[in-house]
Amino acid sequence: MTIKSDLISKVLRNPRGGVSAVVLLVVIICAVFAPLIAPYAYDVQALRNANLDPSWTNWMGTDEFGRDLFSRIIYGARTSLSVAVTAISISVAVGMSIGAAAGYFGGMFDRVVTAAVDLTWSFPEILIALILIAIIGPGLNSTMIAISIAYLAQFTRLTRAQVMALKNETYVEATANLGAGHTHIIFRHLLPNALTPVIVAGMLATGDAIILEATLGFFGLGAQPPTPSWGAMMSSGTAQIFIAPWIIIFPGLAIAITVIAINLFGDAVIEALDIRNRLRDS
Amino acid sequence: MALLTVDGIRVAIGSLTPLDGVSFTLDKGQILGVVGESGSGKSLTAMSVMGLLPLIGGRVVSGAIRFDGIDLVGLAEPKYRALRGRRIALISQNPMTSLDPIIRIGAQIDQVAMLHLGLGAEAAKARSIDLMCQLRIPEAETIHASYPHQLSGGMKQRIVIAMALAADPDLIVADEPTTALDVTIQAQIIQIMVDLVRERGLALMLITHDMGVVAQACDRVVVLYAGRVAEANSVEAIFADPQHPYTRELIRCIPRHGQAPGSLKGIPGAVPSVMDYPQGCRFHPRCEAALPLCGTSVPVFERKTSGFAACHASEAVHA
Repeated sequence: MTIKSDLISKVLRNPRGGVSAVVLLVVIICAVFAPLIAPYAYDVQALRNANLDPSWTNWMGTDEFGRDLFSRIIYGARTSLSVAVTAISISVAVGMSIGAAAGYFGGMFDRVVTAAVDLTWSFPEILIALILIAIIGPGLNSTMIAISIAYLAQFTRLTRAQVMALKNETYVEATANLGAGHTHIIFRHLLPNALTPVIVAGMLATGDAIILEATLGFFGLGAQPPTPSWGAMMSSGTAQIFIAPWIIIFPGLAIAITVIAINLFGDAVIEALDIRNRLRDS
Repeated sequence: MALLTVDGIRVAIGSLTPLDGVSFTLDKGQILGVVGESGSGKSLTAMSVMGLLPLIGGRVVSGAIRFDGIDLVGLAEPKYRALRGRRIALISQNPMTSLDPIIRIGAQIDQVAMLHLGLGAEAAKARSIDLMCQLRIPEAETIHASYPHQLSGGMKQRIVIAMALAADPDLIVADEPTTALDVTIQAQIIQIMVDLVRERGLALMLITHDMGVVAQACDRVVVLYAGRVAEANSVEAIFADPQHPYTRELIRCIPRHGQAPGSLKGIPGAVPSVMDYPQGCRFHPRCEAALPLCGTSVPVFERKTSGFAACHASEAVHA
């Protein structure tokens, strides 16, 4: 308990950590309580009001269908965060399982996993995601699956490296000498000790995943209309860039601010945990 | 019948034979010291008893290890696992790293009892705290909820001992349990272990290179040299009348109170590598009493005027 509360206060007292935590909290609240916060529905069109300037009634103006941009950005936070967080959670869970098994048991399984990881590692995530979406077709669910597979290699690799180092620790040997089986050793000793760097890497990857989701949305491969997605909103804004530049500016700002906040928060956590070396080594 | 009988085991790792005929027996309530320099095969003997040789690619090629009527050589791993911790427990060399840094002390002791005795969390905790009190750990309740980094080395070693005792084993193998500790703590830990053996009727196999520890704690001693037993006897007899020159050298190495500065003794030379064991008696290149015979013929381990030894220079007694 003391260790955890100590960590939290360390992160929040760091200026970057504190500010980014507040920003993230705002984004999360927007995502969770979108229907309560947004002044209008995200899909009500009013073509008469298309491309309106920002004003007191439409804080961020309206898009080419006359939909309130501010409301759509609020709902967009919901899409971005849920896709990124779900995808990365799946990726972390699956990656940790595969990585732990490969690192602990070694042998043929380990060689196959390492080869697969090295292979995917050599492509950028966006390319892997594009290939996967080309196969399974566009949409929110396929975006989620594509992102989680694109980041799988990273967590597999990190967990495998951690487990391989940890399994030679004397305390692992000692519990084995007292009769503990593989399951006990992996779940009670290896994974908990390997968890911290993986969690931090997962946090930073969530920022990247938001950008990846926006990119796929921008190409029209992610969320399908009328579901609001920051990337798709920017994409539709490109046509109006000279008459209504706010349509592309505000979703872009939303992406930038959210991702910067996630990265700064992640940095503050890394600093507080003092684990930069462990992340770099693997 | 003895609780543990090790009968002429030879251990091979690849094409090497680092243990070549080691025998001894250990009864309940007895402390057996296994002594020798680094490289003499002490830890390998412990690993053979614990069934851990496969970890380093070794195996017992001949001889037998019997524990309470169970033949341990060739015992299947799942059965061995049920034995480890439950009936035979190992106390490892380094207490500093033998505890998981992110799990509370108490939980680590509890889990042994929960695993082997099927106790619930509450019962296991009560048992652990009781055990910690017996090991003279102050404020057991507080320590039970602490993390390893909050404890000193001596305290951690007591926790490691508590983990070994948690499932009430019959035999404890302690592989240099005090090497990493300073001498005052060392004496305390050894005393705790001696008391445990006396109170609970445990059998303790104490591996050490320190004849001082042997004198303090053990009932019987087996001296190993280069993978063979050099001498075996009761602790009093071995100090009073050592038969093997190697044993004499080991005893001579014990630092004495009032010894002149700079006069600390060592044994010249080093234990030969397993790659090139000398012919005949493996100790003869370093032996003061070596005879011409020693370089050619392997001495038989036989009854001497006091105890048993394998040495040409010491007279055998034929019953």
